[in-house]
Amino acid sequence: MLGLVGIIQRLDKHLFDSLTNRLGDVFDKLTRRGSLSEADVDAALREVRVALLEADVALPVVKDLIARVKERSVGSEVLKSVTPGQQVVKIVNDALVDTLGREVEEINLKARPPAAMLIVGLQGSGKTTTAAKIGKYLTEKERKRVLLASLDTRRPAAQEQLRVLGEQARVATLPVVTGEPPIAIARRALQTGTLEAWDVVILDTAGRLHIDQELMDEVAEASRVTEPVETLLVADAMTGQDAVTIAREFDEKIGVTGIVLTRIDGDARGGAALSMRAVTGKPIKLMGTGEKLDGLEPFHPDRIASRILGMGDVVSLVEKAAETIEQEEAEELARKIQKGSLNLEDMLSQLRQLKKMGGLGSLMNLLPGVGRIKKQMAAANVDEKVIGRQEAIILSMTVKERRNPRVIHASRKKRIASGSGTSIQDVNKLLKQWQEMNKVMKRMKKMGKKGQLPDLSQLEDGALPDNMQLPGLGGPMGGNLGLPGGLPRLPPGFDKKKFR
Amino acid sequence: MAFFRRKKGATTPAADTPKTEEAQDSLMPAAAQVPLAAEHSSVDGPTPKPSKKPGWLSRLRNGLDKSSSRIAEGISSVFGGGRRRLDDDTLQELEEVLITSDLGPATAATLVSELGTRRFDQELVEEEIRAELAREIAAILKPVAKPLVIDSMRKPHVVLVVGVNGSGKTTTIGKLAKNYRDAGLAVMLVAGDTFRAAAIDQLKIWAERTGCKIVAREPGADAAGLAFDAMKQASTSRQDLLLIDTAGRLQNKKELMEELAKIVRVVRKIDETAPHDVLMVLDATVGQNAHSQVEAFKDMAEVTGLIVTKLDGTARGGVVVSLAGTFGLPVHAVGVGEGADDMKPFEAHDYARSLMGLTGQDGEAA
Repeated sequence: MLGLVGIIQRLDKHLFDSLTNRLGDVFDKLTRRGSLSEADVDAALREVRVALLEADVALPVVKDLIARVKERSVGSEVLKSVTPGQQVVKIVNDALVDTLGREVEEINLKARPPAAMLIVGLQGSGKTTTAAKIGKYLTEKERKRVLLASLDTRRPAAQEQLRVLGEQARVATLPVVTGEPPIAIARRALQTGTLEAWDVVILDTAGRLHIDQELMDEVAEASRVTEPVETLLVADAMTGQDAVTIAREFDEKIGVTGIVLTRIDGDARGGAALSMRAVTGKPIKLMGTGEKLDGLEPFHPDRIASRILGMGDVVSLVEKAAETIEQEEAEELARKIQKGSLNLEDMLSQLRQLKKMGGLGSLMNLLPGVGRIKKQMAAANVDEKVIGRQEAIILSMTVKERRNPRVIHASRKKRIASGSGTSIQDVNKLLKQWQEMNKVMKRMKKMGKKGQLPDLSQLEDGALPDNMQLPGLGGPMGGNLGLPGGLPRLPPGFDKKKFR
Repeated sequence: MAFFRRKKGATTPAADTPKTEEAQDSLMPAAAQVPLAAEHSSVDGPTPKPSKKPGWLSRLRNGLDKSSSRIAEGISSVFGGGRRRLDDDTLQELEEVLITSDLGPATAATLVSELGTRRFDQELVEEEIRAELAREIAAILKPVAKPLVIDSMRKPHVVLVVGVNGSGKTTTIGKLAKNYRDAGLAVMLVAGDTFRAAAIDQLKIWAERTGCKIVAREPGADAAGLAFDAMKQASTSRQDLLLIDTAGRLQNKKELMEELAKIVRVVRKIDETAPHDVLMVLDATVGQNAHSQVEAFKDMAEVTGLIVTKLDGTARGGVVVSLAGTFGLPVHAVGVGEGADDMKPFEAHDYARSLMGLTGQDGEAA
């Protein structure tokens, strides 16, 4: 799918550059040598260090990581296909993934039912939403009978919040008894769990500071009473350097079995994940993505590693693309691209796919560190509303016009403009784009034959051309648009091995 | 210091503690402008006075003390209790200590390099370093430490409260409501978080506790429409202050951010000058992502000031320093607990010294 590949390749270039570019500056001064010297590595690691700190990885964790990376880097052979900078990034990335844990750790329910699960964390970390999400997940995916109970008697309306969320998630909640203290609620929840034969009882607790002795004692007591098989610490992906303290204190005082990282759909780089994992050694089990109750995913260490390095959560992007794009359609499109003959119907289907994926904004959201590109796009006048408007324009055309836009002349333009509520200029712009698109297609076909990638570097500085209304439509495109088999695989030129 | 630093030109009842309530009352009609009022302690005056409810400042102190203990420890470990020459290694270590309080690599580097230019190669003790850094930080923070000033002549003065999920918006509104009710203002709350389950109930409870009126609709209602109605109601019932809550939203969700812009537009249909303040609530535990938050909310909702919450934890809220440098947005208040009274003015000098683990009130007040 043309637009998307264009976007991905363009972003890939930028994102991969974010750290490797910096490193590139360091390495440019050096002549290419067979292996990395200690001085090379030291210079590079200074940049890595800043990148990690900017991603909110805690300082002690950064130091430890850097030491490990240094050990692995010095003397390591630089592969022929990569620059020294890329080589170091790869080693850093590997170290990050190692620290984050390569295995996916599932929620543990191995206990005599009802299995109690305690949800703890600071105020506002997303405990209640997470509790409801886990409840829904276990009910739907694991076919468990789940009971939710809120022990939060402190924040106004917290119990009501869980009740409403439970209703939305179709998960039962323990009836609220006004004035009942938290420990009593916990006992009653477990009793109810036993009597009514629930498989899992999820206990949402009040948000508390890890230094609030009284409240920490309370939750420790709740833990003693309920003997939870899982105690999940819910933490916000935006958390800064304090993540270490929070995780350590909760772990020491209550004994955490796993971590849930929330708001991973934001644009935080998520260094907190690394800090918490490193300090407690406890696995990150789940990631919360969004306010919808199905926004819960298993933890993907490799994605978080890329995010932390500012390389973007590219895998998620591609997966999202794969989810929304029909494979056959993509293949058909790829064929047409190769022929260099796209008509407006193709353009329409592209626009719609873009929309389906949540528009440019949401695509960009998956890619932290794209601030610069966003600005460029804003400067290049890429407006999401444009998608809607362009869709309207194409929809106001006859089938004949869509298939052969060349027939569109003055009076047709007038009709199309008034039919779509736009101006003739808008129609012209769209047609121009279509022309550009085909022109680029042809150019790329030629380059493809020569077997070389187009020079992506021309994209770099403010490079989106003026006529670019939509990335991938009319702008210079990344090469290799063969796109075999649609998108589920990573597009060529964007090979995973770059990172691994 | 008033609860919030007093507006210039307003009468200054210095540190005469017992008079605080009257001072506020008399201040209001005269200037028609009410700074957020509450317990008093003195910062402007030379000596701190114990206030009736000693909890106030000490609670903030406690919070900040706890939070700063490790930065203090960090500096201590750099100096090992004795003197140390301020060389490149020392500077590097100091920079790291600063980073652990979320100041960010860039700000930390700037602070340390300034320190280096002034004191390089000198033998220094820990306290000197802390004081130096505190001074630098206070200088950065001072321009942004501004009280939230409510002009009750506006009937109503409109305050929109925005922020990411879980930052503490609703609680902050509860505290603001309490403070201004105590100062004698007629306050109306708007339950603009129509999305999160039970957010409306939460605000209703705050309205009850504080004796404020509240405008609310059913969950899922259009927040902008609600704000519009509330504006009308507030002006017909001659409210002094209208506090509009909004649903938490991540700054990279464009559609949701546009909703905020819409609320602002709609509010302006009734009063062109509104909202008079747009407060972004920032959780002190947040790290460098705070920059992205401020940038986006400033863009879409025209944020005019910040309130930093959850400073009673161990998070240092150091990111406020780099935010001040980058955006220069006023910081009005800090939240130090869940109670209605747990809010305190943002005071540059205090904040900076507390960040550095210095608790005393030495010299140069503001």
